[in-house]
Amino acid sequence: MSTEATAVQNASGVGDSASFERHLSLSALPEKWKKWKSEYWEKFESLPLPRNRDEHWRFAKRIDFELNSFQLPEPVSDENVAEALSRSELVTDRTSRIVFVDNQLVHQEPIPQELVDQGVVFMPIAEAMEKKPELVERYLFQESTDLGSDKFHALHNAYSEGGYILYVPKNVEIDAPFVTYHWQAGPGAALFPHILVAGGANSRFSVVDVQQSLFEDREGFSCAVGNVFAEEGAKIFRKTIQNFNTRTVSFQLDTNNVDRDTAVRGINLNLGSRRARFENEVRINGAGSDVKLYSLTVSDNDQEFDQRTLQIHNAPNSVSDLLYKNALMDESRTIFSGLIKVAKDAQGTDAYQTNRNLLLNDTAQANSLPGLEIEANDVKCSHGATTGQLDRDELFYFLQRGISKMVAQQLMVFGFFEEVIEQFDNEELEENLRGLIRGKFEKKQLDAVAPKLDDSNHD
Amino acid sequence: MSQTEAIDIDRDKGNFRYDVKYQYDAGTGLTEDTIDYISEAKGEEQWINEFRKRALKVFNRMPMPTHWATKDLENIVFENIRYYLSQGQMPSRSWEDVPDEVKQTFERLGIPEQERKFLAGVEAQFDSEAAYSHMKDALEKDGVIFVGSSEGLKKYPHIFKKFFGKVIPTNDNKFSALNSAVFSGGSFIYVPPGVKVSQPLQAYFRINAESFGQFERTLIIADEGSEVTYMEGCTAPKFETSTLHSAVVELVALKNAKIQYITVQNWSNNVFNLVTKRAWAEEGAEVKWIDCNIGSRLTMKYPGVVLKGRKARGEVISIALANDGQHQDTGAKMVHQADETTSNIISKSISVGQGRSTYRGLVQMPDHLKGCKNNTECDALLINTNSRTDTYPAINVQGNGNSVQHEASVSKVSAEQIFYMMQRGLSEGEAMSLAVNGFVNDLVRQFPMEYSVELKRLIDMEMEGSVG
Repeated sequence: MSTEATAVQNASGVGDSASFERHLSLSALPEKWKKWKSEYWEKFESLPLPRNRDEHWRFAKRIDFELNSFQLPEPVSDENVAEALSRSELVTDRTSRIVFVDNQLVHQEPIPQELVDQGVVFMPIAEAMEKKPELVERYLFQESTDLGSDKFHALHNAYSEGGYILYVPKNVEIDAPFVTYHWQAGPGAALFPHILVAGGANSRFSVVDVQQSLFEDREGFSCAVGNVFAEEGAKIFRKTIQNFNTRTVSFQLDTNNVDRDTAVRGINLNLGSRRARFENEVRINGAGSDVKLYSLTVSDNDQEFDQRTLQIHNAPNSVSDLLYKNALMDESRTIFSGLIKVAKDAQGTDAYQTNRNLLLNDTAQANSLPGLEIEANDVKCSHGATTGQLDRDELFYFLQRGISKMVAQQLMVFGFFEEVIEQFDNEELEENLRGLIRGKFEKKQLDAVAPKLDDSNHD
Repeated sequence: MSQTEAIDIDRDKGNFRYDVKYQYDAGTGLTEDTIDYISEAKGEEQWINEFRKRALKVFNRMPMPTHWATKDLENIVFENIRYYLSQGQMPSRSWEDVPDEVKQTFERLGIPEQERKFLAGVEAQFDSEAAYSHMKDALEKDGVIFVGSSEGLKKYPHIFKKFFGKVIPTNDNKFSALNSAVFSGGSFIYVPPGVKVSQPLQAYFRINAESFGQFERTLIIADEGSEVTYMEGCTAPKFETSTLHSAVVELVALKNAKIQYITVQNWSNNVFNLVTKRAWAEEGAEVKWIDCNIGSRLTMKYPGVVLKGRKARGEVISIALANDGQHQDTGAKMVHQADETTSNIISKSISVGQGRSTYRGLVQMPDHLKGCKNNTECDALLINTNSRTDTYPAINVQGNGNSVQHEASVSKVSAEQIFYMMQRGLSEGEAMSLAVNGFVNDLVRQFPMEYSVELKRLIDMEMEGSVG
C-alpha cells in the first residue's frame, strides 16, 4: 500500500463508514471476501454500542473509548520491524514463528518440510486464501460470538486482513509450539488479528499467541478474534499472552468448537491494556471431550479487565473445567462473568468453574458473576468464587521465620499465580512470563499493598 | 419453643373457595379512579392518596425487567386484575366476629387452632383486608404493636411514616411501585426497646377471589435491643385465570435488635408471586430471612439485608421447590454498608418434573469498608431429566480485609441411595422423598417446629408421582 493511499485512508477513524469504504476500495482481497466485509460492516453499523446496563456488560465501567480516534495503521518502518523481531523471543524452541506488526506480515519462518508434506498449514490468512482457498473457507467466519460483543465482532470481520491459519491434519502430532506475535506500533493504530486454529482427527499440537505494543506511550486499539476447531480426538493447546501498553483498548473474542473425545486447553495471561475485554466460548458438540480453560490477570493503576466465558455442553459425558485468577492493585477492576450451560441431552456432564480474586489494595474492585444453567439431571456441575486479601496469619508466619514483609508478600502473591503459570507447560515460556509479571510488580512499591499487619495486632 | 402436635396437611386443603359477596370491589384495571376508590373505601388521609398516585405514575413509567427476567412476566395482563376487594371489614379482635365465609376459610386452614397452640399473635388477611387480628395481652402491655397495616397507618402514623417506603422506595422496581399504588392489608409490627417477643407472631394470607391481585404491605420495626420472630403463610385456590401477588415487606432492626422473618409460601400454581422484601440492620443488629417457596407459577423474590451499622449481620436461608409449570426465581441480596458486617446465604432448590428453579444473588462491599465477610452456598437438586436449574450470583467486592466466598453445585439424587432404600422396602417415591428431605434437612431444622413439619409434608406431596 502506498503512503499516499494510507494517508487518505487515515482521514477518518475505524468507526466511520468513510474509513471502511476506503479500506475496501484499497483492499486486494478476492471479491467474495470483500462482500463478506461489506455485510459485516452493515451489521456493525446496525448494532448499538453496548451499555453497562446490558446484562453482558454488567459491572463494565470503562466503555469510554472513541472508535474514531483509532485508524488503520500506516506501513511499518524497517526500524520498527527490526525492533519487533528482536523482541519476539518468548519461545525459542518452536516449530515456526510468524510476526505481524500493525496487521502486516513482517516475518515468517518456514515450517519443516516434513510437516509441509504431511499437509500442515501455518501462514497468514491472505496467503492461505490464494494457496488453500477451500481450507480457509471451511473455517473463516464460521463462528459468531454470544457474549455481548457482536458489534466489535462485526467490526473485526469488516476490517480484518491480518492474522493466520494453523491447520494440522489428521493423526499429525507436533511437540514444539507454533508461535505468533501481533505487535502494535503506529500511533492510534487499530489491529484486527484473525486467528484460525484447526486440528484434524487425533492431531496434537500447541500454539502461542503474543500481543504486545512496541511503544509504551502510543494509544492503540486491538480487536482480535480467535477460533479453535478440534475434530474427533484432537489435542489442541492454545496459549495467549496479552501485554499491550496501558494506552491500548483491546478485545479478544475467542471460541472453541469441540468435537468428540478431544482434549482442548486454553490459557491466557493478561497484563496489558487500559481496558481489555476477553470473551471465551467453548461449545462441546461431541461426547467424551475434556476442555480446560485457565487465565491469570494482573491489574494495576486504573486498568479494567472484563472477562466473559461460556461453557456449553451439547453432548454427553464431557468434562469442562475453568480456573480464572485475578490479582488486583491500585484502582484497577476486574469482572469475571462465566456461565456453564448444560443442554438436555448432555447427561453425564462434569463441569466446573472457579474464579479467585486477590485484592492487593483497598481500592481495587473485583466483580464475580459465575453462573449455571443446567437442563440435564445426571450431572456434576459446580462453581466457586472467592475474593479476599493476602492471609494475615500466613504473613505472620513468614515474619516469624525471619523473612521480610516485602519478600513474604511477593512470595505469597507469586504463590497465588503459580497454579496458573505452571499450566503453560513450557519451562522457557513460564520463566519468561514470570519475568513479565515481576516487571509489572517491580514498578510498584509492593510494601504499600495489603494486608496491614500492624493493625491486626489490635484485633 | 414448646413442641406441638404436627399439623395435618392435605394437599388440596387450600384448594377451595367461597362465593363471597364483596362490599367493595374496585373492578378490573388500574387508573387514578381505582386509587381514589381504594382510598375512599379505606377512609385514608390525603397524603396516602397522593403517595399512591405518585407511585402509579412510577409504575406506568417503569419497564418490565425483561432483559434478565423470564418472558412469562409478559403474560400478566394488568388490565384484567381486580386491585381491591373487601367486605368492608375492620379486623375482628374476636374469632366469633369474623364473617362466616372468612371464618370457614381460616378454620379449614387451621389458623385459629395454630394460634391457640403456640402463637403470640395472629393476623389473617382475606383478599385485600385483614379479617382477624389478635395478640396476647401480655405483649400488648409491653407496648408491642401488631395490627394490619391500614390500622397501623391510622393509629400509629408517627412510627409508621418514619420508615414506610424508606427501606424499599416506590421506584425500587416496577412491582414495588405497583404495590405502593394499590397496597392494602399486610402487617404492622412495632417492638419497643428491649422487649423480646419469645413466641412468634403470625400472619396468614389468603387469596379467595379469581383474577385478584393481593398487594399487602408489611412493616416491622424492632427497636433497640428488641427481638421478634414473624411468620407468614400463604395459600390461594386454583383458578382458571392467573392471580397476582405482589407484596412489599420492609424490616427495620435498630441497634442490637433481632428480627427473624419466616415465610412458607404455597400458592397454587397459577399465582404470579412477585415480592420485594428488604431489611435494614443497624449497629449490632441481626436480620434473618427464612424463606420457603413451594407452589406459584412464577416466584420472583430476593430478600435482602442492607447492613447499615457496624457488626450488623444478615442471613438468608431459602428452600425452593419447583414442580411442573413452575419457576422459582429466588435468591438474596446483601448490601454491606458498614465495617465488620457479616452475611450468610444458604439456598437449596429442588426441581421436579419440568420445574425450573433459579438462584439470583447480589453481594456488595464498597471500598470504604473493612473486615466484612460473606459466605454463599447454593445447592440444586434435579429430580427428572426435564427439570432445570440456574444460578446467577453477582459479587462486587472492594475494601480492606473484606472477603467473599461463593459456592454452588448441581447434582441429582444418588442412584445408590435410592437403591439401598428400596432394598429396605421403601417404594421408589418414598425413597426419593426421603432423599430430598435429607437434602434440605439441615435447613429445615432451622425452621420453627410447626413449619418444619409442614414443609416436610409439602415436600412429600410434591414428590408424589414425581419419579419415573
